[in-house]
Amino acid sequence: MSTHTLSVLVENSPGVLARVASLFARRGYNIDSLAVGPTEDPNVSRMTIVVNVEGHALSQVIQQTDKLINVLSIIELDPIASVQRELLLVKVTTSPETRSQVLETVQLFRAKVVDVVQDAVTIEATGNSEKIQALLRVLEPYGIKELVQSGLVAMERGLKPGKSHTPDHD
Amino acid sequence: MSAQITGAQSLVNSLESAGVDVMFGIPGGAILPAYDPIFDSSIRHILVRHEQGAGHAATGYAQATGRVGVCIATSGPGATNLVTPLADAQMDSVPIVAITGQVASAAIGTDAFQEADIRGITMPVTKHNFLITDPRDIPRAIAEAFHIAGTGRPGAVLVDIAKDALTKMTEFEWPTSLSLPGYNPIMDPTAESIRDAAALIAESKSPVLYVGGGAIKSNASAELMKLAELTGAPVVTTLMALGTFPDSHPQHLGMPGMHGTVAAVTSLQKADLLITLGARFDDRVTGKLSSFAPNARVIHADIDPAEIGKNRIVDVALIGDLKATINALLPELKKKFESSKPDLTEWWAQCNSWRNKYPLGFDEPTDGSVSPQYVIQRLGQIAGPDAIYVAGVGQHQMWSSQFVNYEKPRTWINSGGLGTMGFAVPAAMGAKVGAPDTVVWAIDGDGCFQMTNQELVTCALNNIPIKVAIINNESLGMVRQWQTLFYNERYSNTDLHSKRIPDFAKLAEAMGCVGLRCESKEDVDRVINEAMAINDRPVVVDFSVHRDAMVWPMVAAGTSNDDIVIAKSMAPIWDSQEL
Repeated sequence: MSTHTLSVLVENSPGVLARVASLFARRGYNIDSLAVGPTEDPNVSRMTIVVNVEGHALSQVIQQTDKLINVLSIIELDPIASVQRELLLVKVTTSPETRSQVLETVQLFRAKVVDVVQDAVTIEATGNSEKIQALLRVLEPYGIKELVQSGLVAMERGLKPGKSHTPDHD
Repeated sequence: MSAQITGAQSLVNSLESAGVDVMFGIPGGAILPAYDPIFDSSIRHILVRHEQGAGHAATGYAQATGRVGVCIATSGPGATNLVTPLADAQMDSVPIVAITGQVASAAIGTDAFQEADIRGITMPVTKHNFLITDPRDIPRAIAEAFHIAGTGRPGAVLVDIAKDALTKMTEFEWPTSLSLPGYNPIMDPTAESIRDAAALIAESKSPVLYVGGGAIKSNASAELMKLAELTGAPVVTTLMALGTFPDSHPQHLGMPGMHGTVAAVTSLQKADLLITLGARFDDRVTGKLSSFAPNARVIHADIDPAEIGKNRIVDVALIGDLKATINALLPELKKKFESSKPDLTEWWAQCNSWRNKYPLGFDEPTDGSVSPQYVIQRLGQIAGPDAIYVAGVGQHQMWSSQFVNYEKPRTWINSGGLGTMGFAVPAAMGAKVGAPDTVVWAIDGDGCFQMTNQELVTCALNNIPIKVAIINNESLGMVRQWQTLFYNERYSNTDLHSKRIPDFAKLAEAMGCVGLRCESKEDVDRVINEAMAINDRPVVVDFSVHRDAMVWPMVAAGTSNDDIVIAKSMAPIWDSQEL
């Protein structure tokens, strides 16, 4: 089994998330994460779905999903040719002795502190899955009180051929 | 600006604009506003006795005519009773549209009286569905529903309409174009894939045309005949494809699959190339998938890209409408054959030896009872290839597939994928409505018949004179057969203990039909002819048959097609060179 990131453009219509979820449930495809949100076109939403399937089953996932009437397009994103990000909020136990070490870790990972109380800090971090996992590994010994993570969102790097973009992209 | 009308009137106008001539349904609270304009509509509404009957009738109508079948029901239980026929139609790629009433939009989500989330419930068993809460959306939704149901790979579509959308005032405007950016069925295969397919066919020494229900959906029988005769290859037609290629044609080896002919099953196993046309490598055809057609390369023609590689890895995919695909393949193949055409003489010698050594057959019971196969065979011979035969699910269905000769498409209607017991009577009703001048025989089991026979009342009252042959073995025969073979003859809950309870002939009479009975072999022809002569009322014939008769050949579930059995504990004897 290996993970694949699918970028799915769907019509922004009621029930479309249920259709995709129902399809995945019915055909036994495992979803690692799913994120959905608006795009530059108010009629279109983008879903980023991370699935864990065998190579052969991947084309089935893509074809069956593409068959849904509300699905406009579906592509697999190459991890090298795409930008992939997750958002993490994590509440870490701190004491006067450990606080500075935790803050150092936050700096090293280019994360930031978004809330502080007497015996804990809440850290916000974005990055790819590897970075988020690495951060959590380092923070774990201090004591993780609570954490929440978004699904992965991803976008192809560069310009799609034939698509007009503003020239000052980076 | 057009006049203000109710959403209900807009719905009826939409259905008329979509070309609907008949629909099957039952009114109820939430759909009631729609029934008022239906009263004045040109559309014939047939009042069924159960919503499941409406759904299967729509399927039978669609299968017989090639048009989209329509059923209509109210919210809650009316809608949930349509779930089985929707799943059934979707599995067999039959175009039907179901209209359901929904509680008023403000009440949705409150567990209101007769509320069910039918859109959510039917998501996994429909091609698409709609929930309409604004009357302005009705014409567009209906137009899209018919387009989606009837094009591409056909399927079931549900349109759920909130009651207030039916009662509010709106304007009716039938859309002249549809905007479905996510729905673009591919009609024509690529030239490259056609060339690749022709190259494989031109190399093959032992090809088989493996034909599925897509050939009927695509109305590709004439093209299929041309392809068969051009290639000279053996043809097998699946349960969903019977009739699309004449049973009488010398190249036809019969039906493959669990109860297929030895020749059809074995030809697939031994082939070096499967030319798969609108079939889907269903488990009932492949047997144990890993041992299916082990030496064959595969060409797979299908309009649904998701079928390619679903069960079997393919060498060449031809994605498109089957008629267009074959039409593209024919000239390419002719060109290839000019330089070299493979000699299939040896292959045919093998196929013919299987066919001649293991023809379909059955033993006469020794206890003087009537063999069910004989009844079905005589029925097919007397009613002939112009009649439409509609089966339920079980032994009688398999015998009907084996012992009736099908010569034309759309003369054999059954529930293949979902295997819905109780399909026959309502589907036959729908077929007869679609083809009123054709003799329509439902061949049903006594178990199946007791699930949906109430639709004979509908038939009797609406001048739909179908004929029903009940193959009555007083048991759930196919399940009993499995108990005989795999559960040490422990007949747990398969004995219907019928002994005339109910008395089917009397039951038929009570429902306004003619009820006949046949209990001896000598009477079979006479009773069939008597039924054939009655055309003003539905007829039900209760054929008492031998209860231990079994369906052979058989590939037991989950086993390899190589282990086909021609009778209990009797495998075919292969010549050594065939092994």
